[in-house]
Amino acid sequence: MTFQEISELVSTNFSDKIIETDLKGPQPILIVPVNDIAEICGFLYRDSRLYFDYLGCLTAIDNGAAVGTMEVIYNLTSIPYGHDLMIKTVFARNTEGAALPTVPSVASIWRTADWHEREAYDLAGIHFEGHPDLRRILLPEDWEGHPLRKDYSVQDRYHGIYVRYEDGVSEQLPANEDRA
Amino acid sequence: MSDKIKTGDGGIILTNAEDLMNWARLSSLWPMGFGLACCAIEMMAAYASNYDLERFGILPRPSPRQSDVMIVAGTVTFKMADRIRRLYEQMPEPRYVISMGSCSNCGGPYWEHGYHVVKGVDRIIPVDVYVPGCPPRPEALIGGFMKLQEKIKGEHPLAPALFLEMEAKETVSA
Repeated sequence: MTFQEISELVSTNFSDKIIETDLKGPQPILIVPVNDIAEICGFLYRDSRLYFDYLGCLTAIDNGAAVGTMEVIYNLTSIPYGHDLMIKTVFARNTEGAALPTVPSVASIWRTADWHEREAYDLAGIHFEGHPDLRRILLPEDWEGHPLRKDYSVQDRYHGIYVRYEDGVSEQLPANEDRA
Repeated sequence: MSDKIKTGDGGIILTNAEDLMNWARLSSLWPMGFGLACCAIEMMAAYASNYDLERFGILPRPSPRQSDVMIVAGTVTFKMADRIRRLYEQMPEPRYVISMGSCSNCGGPYWEHGYHVVKGVDRIIPVDVYVPGCPPRPEALIGGFMKLQEKIKGEHPLAPALFLEMEAKETVSA
């Protein structure tokens, strides 16, 4: 099935929703509204003509404070049919101090999304609504901030160790303190 | 009388306890068997048959309690830093640390933008020998061990600390 056919199928099924396409790049993209992502993904998974049974990757992008948007990109494949689809959602970025932007989780459709959404939460700071276990996955639990944000600035110290190279060696910690 | 033929060659070695003890310690350096990143691949190559670290009496131990040396082979992340410090503290004294490769020496390629990398393992534990390279070849790691052996050769494990202190003071005043 070609991208044209897939996008038409999705548009007719969700005629009340704004579904756009982006054909500029080497790979065409289906752009869907953020609140409908789980519903549309469920349709892509269940429909017998599409049957996207494999989520290859889930990525998050921060476009920076000037643009004011973030994106989540889903790369889907149907193993029996052999067709692929890139689907994307663009949403507003949170201002500093405000709650993280929320995207519906697709972890209930593809188990792959479980860890990928945790990574997107960990590094880009996106809250996935309905995720079974949204914790940090790569960084330690007590880390501050989300490093792949465009405006990220690293914390001064982590457990007494200076993070930046130029800050040098940290002060000597008390010898009897349980540090781990 | 013994039936042994007396040739006059060897049979008796004269040494002192300190030299003997240092020789024994430097001839059986047991590193802790752990690796952190790509440097660990070179470390494993050094253990394997081509370079055969065991001919120096160096064989990895599976527990910090049985180890003399810690080879920090690879990138030290902040998440790992607490664990490394704890493992170092679990090693019995006298203990030594070899920092292997650019990452554990100074942060390596992550020195500027690596928010997650400790900029040198010497920020968390004391280091005896630094082995440069990215990653260092097994020859370089063997060189690092030989430097450590030189260091152990010059130590005084039996001398009381107070005596060494007094001696150091005397040489300064004299």
